[in-house]
Amino acid sequence: MPVRVQTGDFDIAREIDALRAANRKVGAVASFIGTVRDVNDGSAVATLTLEHYPGMTEKALEEIVAEARSRWRIIDATVIHRVGELKPLDQIVLVVVVGEHRGEAFAACEFLMDYLKTRAPFWKKEQTPEGDRWVDARGSDDVAADRWAKPSRDAA
Amino acid sequence: MIKVLYFAKLREDLGKASEELALPGDVKTVAGLRAHLMARGATWQSALEQGKALRVAVNHEIAEPGTPVRAGDEVAFFPPVTGG
Repeated sequence: MPVRVQTGDFDIAREIDALRAANRKVGAVASFIGTVRDVNDGSAVATLTLEHYPGMTEKALEEIVAEARSRWRIIDATVIHRVGELKPLDQIVLVVVVGEHRGEAFAACEFLMDYLKTRAPFWKKEQTPEGDRWVDARGSDDVAADRWAKPSRDAA
Repeated sequence: MIKVLYFAKLREDLGKASEELALPGDVKTVAGLRAHLMARGATWQSALEQGKALRVAVNHEIAEPGTPVRAGDEVAFFPPVTGG
């Protein structure tokens, strides 16, 4: 299953093994893990609660993976995003891309994260000493995603 | 009937996660549904007011103000996403 939304933790080694298993064409593995920081926008973060839209979130992630596959010659990809209550140091999100060569694997991995951050329905709420607050969307995330607006096979 | 869902801060502001409602005859689009909901009162007016960064999805696809809304649809209102 290339896309998963789950409350439990994930193990990057196991996910990479699964993607590489019995695939002798794989010559490159690129991965990204996002984790919970203990400070955001100047406030201490005790816990982070992640909400999603069951059904649409999985579909959006699948569409983003399909888009990456259409732009770069990659062999396979896994995207796992956790929901529910998380604490500093916890893992939030995993993207793994396997391909024949590093250039396309790196590019697709970064693209998947940039698109996930701006297009997949997840919302973060932080619990801080000043109270609970919903995290605001960042303009810098839109800028990061916009970099990929034009077909980038040539740039990969 | 349509199903309407609200997420994150919007769900909290409205005190409601989802509802089923009979599609009013004059509501044909996302913009029409938004206006219909805003007419419910001050809380709805302020939570859904124009100019607020809100996203709308119809049947799990991101929608525009002009996207049609038909009986049987699932329409979701939510703030800009903040995952990853």
